Amino acid sequence: MSDLAAIRKFEAAKRRSLVTPEGVDLSLKLADIGQRIAAFVVDGLIMIGCLIALTFLAIAALAAIGIERGELVAVIWLLGYFILRNGYFILMEMGPRAATFGKRGSGLRVVARSGERLTADRVIARNLMREIEFYLPISFLSYNAAEGAGSALMSLAGLAWTGLFLFFPMFNKDKMRVGDLLAGTWVISAPRKKLAVDLLDTEVPAAPQFTFTEAQLDVYGVFELQTLERVLREAQPEAIATVAYTIRNKIGLGNQYGDDHEFLLCYYDAIRARMERGLLFGKRRADKFDKGA
Amino acid sequence: MAGPSDSRRFRAAREGEWRRLEEILTTAEKKSVKALDDEELLALPILYRGALSSLSVARETSLDLELITYLEGLCARAYFFVYGVRTSAGSRLAAFFARDWPLAIQSLWRETLVSLAITLIGALAGYLLVVNDPEWYASFVSPDLAAGRDFSASAEFLRQQLYDSPGADGLSFFATFLFTHNSQIAIMCFALGFAFGVPTLMLLIQNGAMLGAILALYFSRGLGLEMGGWLIIHGSTEMFAIILAGAAGFRIGWSVVFPGEETRLDAATAAGRSSALAMAGVVAMLACAGMLEGIGRQIVISDMARYAIGLIMLALWLAYFYLPRRIDV
Repeated sequence: MSDLAAIRKFEAAKRRSLVTPEGVDLSLKLADIGQRIAAFVVDGLIMIGCLIALTFLAIAALAAIGIERGELVAVIWLLGYFILRNGYFILMEMGPRAATFGKRGSGLRVVARSGERLTADRVIARNLMREIEFYLPISFLSYNAAEGAGSALMSLAGLAWTGLFLFFPMFNKDKMRVGDLLAGTWVISAPRKKLAVDLLDTEVPAAPQFTFTEAQLDVYGVFELQTLERVLREAQPEAIATVAYTIRNKIGLGNQYGDDHEFLLCYYDAIRARMERGLLFGKRRADKFDKGA
Repeated sequence: MAGPSDSRRFRAAREGEWRRLEEILTTAEKKSVKALDDEELLALPILYRGALSSLSVARETSLDLELITYLEGLCARAYFFVYGVRTSAGSRLAAFFARDWPLAIQSLWRETLVSLAITLIGALAGYLLVVNDPEWYASFVSPDLAAGRDFSASAEFLRQQLYDSPGADGLSFFATFLFTHNSQIAIMCFALGFAFGVPTLMLLIQNGAMLGAILALYFSRGLGLEMGGWLIIHGSTEMFAIILAGAAGFRIGWSVVFPGEETRLDAATAAGRSSALAMAGVVAMLACAGMLEGIGRQIVISDMARYAIGLIMLALWLAYFYLPRRIDV
């Protein structure tokens, strides 16, 4: 019992309720630390790429118009660098998708914790804090390395500072950076998803070869049903064989053979139809341990 | 046993609407709201509400996990679009300069006074220490920054420094460099406020002490008045901006330590938002200061004109920030 309950609790802990004015809870899913790191790395690479491109352009422009009139080029380069460093995140997150390219790639977006619209002041606050979360430790460490004068103690202090901000998102249940905390924002995972075909619609043979008794259908609950759905969608032959074997044994058809995939589809179809009918009568069985009230 | 279940019929009946909503959202997010035609604009809120109701129904009657996650994603996307920002960048910018920024600065008045006091204390300390013992000078003004302007320099050299420009070309680069450099320091000053304001305090003291030390040097050579002009033309804007950045940092540090009636999180968020607004404007102020310092000071040589420009700028900033204004939203 405790295993499945723990899994459900773990999944629920990643959800945050946001009730729309229409009264529906959107139950947003917070982004994983891994997704956020991936997004940040992509953004970092994009920024470095832009900076390199800008530098090459500047060099090319200098070569074209001559070094003595290079002041304009230098001004543009410096402003470009400044805007890239401070403006990339802010401008991207103020757009309609509220996400940088890296965040889009990971299916993330920034939202206000209160569910209000995401305003510029929040975006600015969360991104200016990157200055002490990321740039300060980086410039500190590189300065130390370049000078060669950084004592062990100073490096250690720098490391502790970096660590404090780096691990900050892991020590609060909302996975907020310091910037998120000050801006009142969350980063949620809202990937754009195409609607996959309904398993029931396409693949079930017109006349099922397998029929099940009510007792055989009442073995499992919603959790198992949705796990079965995932197995069928992923369509890994080994997984399908294992699951089919387990279910056959469980419902007492251990000695019956046939196509595993077809068997699972028929079983999925039958059990889902039965459980959905149960839902209409207000019966929802969470998992196989749930005996119902 | 497997007749077409209700949830399957439900999905078949609504799927077209969901796909339509998805298409409209994709166009709108990729381009802008303007890319939508009238028909799509009118359909959007209806489709959005339809999707929400589908989600409610699906949660209660369907066990298709794929369908429910799809609908949750679609509804969230539509929600953020329907209730998202609809004003254009231009009108937002206008509202920022007309109302939001001065109001944010006004709300920081207490912190601004503290920040000003700290800078003045730093300047006074720097001045007194250096006047009594010139040895202190080097600890406030780093040799790179001083560039020969120290107690071993002749009065003639020091005077020259005040009026010599680095030549007509190089001015705009100099101005840009000053702007980006000072902005980065101001942003740092603000962000460090999170560490309970202590590093912000130290930065302000150091900044003030440097000012005091340089003034002490020039006063000791009888060049105080001239130095004042050199400083004030851009300093009234630049120092003001840095004091405001410090104030924004203090606001954050203060709210984290003493959240008052609110929870610590709420207090930090409120402080973060209002001081971030103030900071966006501080960067604009520093751009102004960079131009005054990089270009204005090199062109305007007369002391009187320098004082006039500096003081007028100060008066303008004060009037802009603190004159009472109507708050109509």
